[in-house]
Amino acid sequence: MNLHEYQAKSLFTGFGIPVPASVPVGSAEEALRAAENLGGDSWMVKAQIYAGSRELSGGVKRVNSSEDLIAVCNTLLGKTLSTPQTDGEQLPVNRVLIEQAVDIKQEMYLSALVDRDSETVTFMASIQGGVNIEDIAEKSPEKIIHIQVNPCTGLQAYQCRQVAFALGLKGSHVSELTDIMLGLYDLFVYKDLTLVEINPLVISNENTILALDAKLTIDDNALYRRPDLREMRDTIQENIKEARALESGINYIALNGNIGCMVNGAGLAMATMDLIKLHGGEPANFLDVRGGTTSEKVAESFKLILTEPDVKAILVNIFGGMVHCDLIAEGIIQAMQEVSVTIPVIVFLAGTNAAQGLDILAQSSLNIETASDLTEAARKAVACAAA
Amino acid sequence: MSILINKDTQVIVQGFTGKQGSFHARQAIEYGTQLVGGVTPGKGGQIHLERPVFNTVQDAVAETGADASVIYVPAAMAADAILEATEAEIRIIVCITEGIPVQDMIRVKALHRQMGDNAPYLIGPNCPGIITPDECKIGIMPAEIHLRGNAGIISRSGTLTYEAVRQTTVEGLGQSTCIGIGGDLIQGMNFIDCLALFEQDSETEVIILVGEIGGTREETAAEYIREHVSKPVVAYIAGMTAPHGRRMGHAGAIISGGKGSATDKVIALEAAGVNVVDSPAEMGSTVRSLLASGCNR
Repeated sequence: MNLHEYQAKSLFTGFGIPVPASVPVGSAEEALRAAENLGGDSWMVKAQIYAGSRELSGGVKRVNSSEDLIAVCNTLLGKTLSTPQTDGEQLPVNRVLIEQAVDIKQEMYLSALVDRDSETVTFMASIQGGVNIEDIAEKSPEKIIHIQVNPCTGLQAYQCRQVAFALGLKGSHVSELTDIMLGLYDLFVYKDLTLVEINPLVISNENTILALDAKLTIDDNALYRRPDLREMRDTIQENIKEARALESGINYIALNGNIGCMVNGAGLAMATMDLIKLHGGEPANFLDVRGGTTSEKVAESFKLILTEPDVKAILVNIFGGMVHCDLIAEGIIQAMQEVSVTIPVIVFLAGTNAAQGLDILAQSSLNIETASDLTEAARKAVACAAA
Repeated sequence: MSILINKDTQVIVQGFTGKQGSFHARQAIEYGTQLVGGVTPGKGGQIHLERPVFNTVQDAVAETGADASVIYVPAAMAADAILEATEAEIRIIVCITEGIPVQDMIRVKALHRQMGDNAPYLIGPNCPGIITPDECKIGIMPAEIHLRGNAGIISRSGTLTYEAVRQTTVEGLGQSTCIGIGGDLIQGMNFIDCLALFEQDSETEVIILVGEIGGTREETAAEYIREHVSKPVVAYIAGMTAPHGRRMGHAGAIISGGKGSATDKVIALEAAGVNVVDSPAEMGSTVRSLLASGCNR
């Protein structure tokens, strides 16, 4: 689960990480009042969406007058925004953050994430921050400093100093960065994060270090013990169908093809998509029915797949482990009648009682084709979709 | 031979009297696994499935001499269960539980790293488990698709493991041992740990490695295979066509150094002499033709 910048910054404040004063608002009038309260004559207007690289798409702007402030708010609020990180999707902007503008001496980069290779929380820092950080990482990886945290001791101050000196920081900046990193680590562990990124972390003209941005991802598996964070979820930012699927215990991602897929297990679901593509078709979705494949879940999966108007055939690939295939076959028939599926459904069943399951399907009068292996199933689905 | 488990492995179940624990314990007993008891705190002294229930893993080990444990407790308690089994010196810990918080697993793995050679073999979490056909089944895999034979299978995915098993069974090759290592961010045994054991195992003639997108463990496995594995390896990487998805920030891309795509993995594995199949339907047939040609890597 992701948080908005304004939510992440309120957490930052609680852990002693300095941020510019800011107010989240939902309308231009609120924005005007917020700017008055913040004071000064220059503010940032920042679209609150669940994705990065906003500045490249006009989602972050500096304004120097009330008129500009209102104008920018009106171009963002109630509209949608797509950035290089939204994977082609348009995300709704229902809030903007009005923030005191900060004049910047130096833009740096600081992040922490769970590194699967070292199995630790790993900090990464660079003296050069801003939107080009990925270019820097690619062209001169030596400019990115990595520090791994031993989970038994936690992050130590000396490690933060190592980072600060490696970045070339001097004087009070060394202890400021140390406090920021120690605060971030506490936040990371106490709030069960998997990612926190500050880009840019800046040295202001007033010569203090501030977090100008805040991106934060929470471990979904730990939400049960973080009710305060669970309440911050903004479901509007999440794909509606994907969110609905998750509520039914189904893992669903819409794609652009015309062959719907229903599979149990994420690996097998990806393999099924690969197979469709290999035989010249295009999958319409990724769908993992996940554990406990019941006829209700099969029905819900058919409903989800049929919401995609382009779907011309459905490929069902279920490996019955705990669930017996004859029961799954009955579930498929029941679900097809309930949801009135009329397009061809191609089924491959394997595992416990697979033969009985395929028999049941073969005897039904519904538009079902069975297959005796994965390749045959994919070929039939591609042929049906092309017909 | 086989790896890690065989007919002499004595298994206990943590979360023994729960719904999942009971169901899979019964299946394991029917399969012939030496399931010697289980643990459910507060139910010590009871008998369940004709086996003793203990309050702690320590008690269970002292009474039964168990050397393997399978964990079916809910995610919130699963890391605790792994640590309890670790302290009781269980040698093989199989954690089936899905959805363990990553911070919990970071702590578990930190302890195991510190233990060095004394650390247990941890399989999972979020995995189907491990099976040596006809001898010992620890996990949730359907028993009847297996056939004793000479393919060693290592996989990150559950049902895709079953598909690799089914294909090698259909081809009449069978399996020596199959391990589902799980797909979590932080996990127990990885490809390399399993490859090392299969390389040593006299019964295993060919290894099937089933990977998927994300992380760089397949790339690391490729390096290991190039230097240390003499047996033929067939691999399939799921997710060639998977979408990228939305991103928060740049950190994920920086830490992986731009690696981890299916293509990167295929290139690394092929460079190490691995037979990478394009189609998940061709794992079994590729193994068969490889063995028929008598080729080593």
